[in-house]
Amino acid sequence: MSINPELPIQFSRTHRLQWEEAQQKNVILYPEGMVELNQSSAEILKLCDGTRTLAQIVSDLEAAFSTSGLTNDITAFLEVALQNGWINQN
Amino acid sequence: MAGLTKTKPTPPRWLLAELTYACPLQCPYCSNPLDYTKYQNELDTDDWKRVLTQARKMGAVQLGFSGGEPLTRQDLPELVKHARELGYYSNLITSGYGLTEEKIIALKEAGLDHIQVSIQASSQELNDHIAGTASFNHKKEVAHLVKKHGYPMVLCVVIHRENIHQMPEILAMAEELGADYLELANTQYYGWAHTNRDQLLPTKAQFEKAEIIAQAFKEQVAGKMKIYYVVPDFYEDRPKACMNGWGTTFLTIAPDGVALPCHSARELPGLHCPSVKDYSIEEIWNESKAFNFFRGTEWMKEPCRSCDEKDKDFGGCHCQAYLLTGDMHNTDPVCSKSPHHGVIQAAIDSAAASTLAENEKPLVFRNSKNSKLLS
Repeated sequence: MSINPELPIQFSRTHRLQWEEAQQKNVILYPEGMVELNQSSAEILKLCDGTRTLAQIVSDLEAAFSTSGLTNDITAFLEVALQNGWINQN
Repeated sequence: MAGLTKTKPTPPRWLLAELTYACPLQCPYCSNPLDYTKYQNELDTDDWKRVLTQARKMGAVQLGFSGGEPLTRQDLPELVKHARELGYYSNLITSGYGLTEEKIIALKEAGLDHIQVSIQASSQELNDHIAGTASFNHKKEVAHLVKKHGYPMVLCVVIHRENIHQMPEILAMAEELGADYLELANTQYYGWAHTNRDQLLPTKAQFEKAEIIAQAFKEQVAGKMKIYYVVPDFYEDRPKACMNGWGTTFLTIAPDGVALPCHSARELPGLHCPSVKDYSIEEIWNESKAFNFFRGTEWMKEPCRSCDEKDKDFGGCHCQAYLLTGDMHNTDPVCSKSPHHGVIQAAIDSAAASTLAENEKPLVFRNSKNSKLLS
């Protein structure tokens, strides 16, 4: 399973991404489970809103954090997210 | 005490709200206490709302509405709504009995995140026998409706000697129903399952065959369906890390408001588990004797005390130690290092002998009549 560069990416409708005040962390919630996210993973997932493609997510984050060369890291993380069902492309 | 440094416990993450012991089903492996009919006074709606609010404030985020059958509580949609406003991820753990499309929609609107439907077997005859209620066709219908209304659908099948031979058909049924998650829960022998162990515990050969089939299926459906496989600890040589460690993660509130470090802890002697009617969740979690009882490693006896795996499994399950050795401070006898480990093989042998007996004992179904007899 890999990211299709042509299609927009959206966060799964059967998972929930939420800020947890008690943990001071973003988490993904799903049936009887929870994944704690670091800040960069959370920032990537927040942009998976069903309108942006991989390239747009990369350029938006590079602009937001005034940096470059994020393509490989973001792609690798999104492939993991896709395998875990946190995001989809249809 | 001088010289003792007391570290603050980690906050609860998982709240299991056992709303009621009432249930239209009679499953003979039910984890509710045998004497559940003694506890008839259920918390009211305001009590539950207060509990949800206090636990959420401490950091609880996963919430299970369970029972008994939680759908028998008329205030369920109101509690679900309150939970959603607080930011919980709400799981409804149900038999599906009495669940209509109208209720599924109302609960979705109230903010319910997920519905877990239990099915007892892959055939109507066996399902209805184990459940003690004609429920198979309705359960399948409910599973379809859960999917239709956009919930993640978790199918839960408790595995034991009466249905383990149906593993291939159970997996095919999960696929046909479009389950997003399939929980294959090998029976854990507490409560009613402990009473019925001779009739429920499969042989090692049966376990191994079923596990191979389930494992192959897991690979086949990877990416489409997730499988939660609850291991049969009687055939392991190390105990489970029960509850992720006592008083570290899980908080159960029983229907009458008693707070439990695990849903079986009610049967442990001398814990004096506190009630949410008398104390706040914070007081219960941080200060009560019951929740501090097995925290850390100070309580341990040998072989746990000097064991290099004690931080991995925390000595296993105290309820199992109590039920099988008579002392809840003992090492879980599932552990091959336990001096009581022989009781596990004795239980396996006893169950095997029971299958060969001419007059196999009948299952004791979980209902009020039997509860009163066993109390």
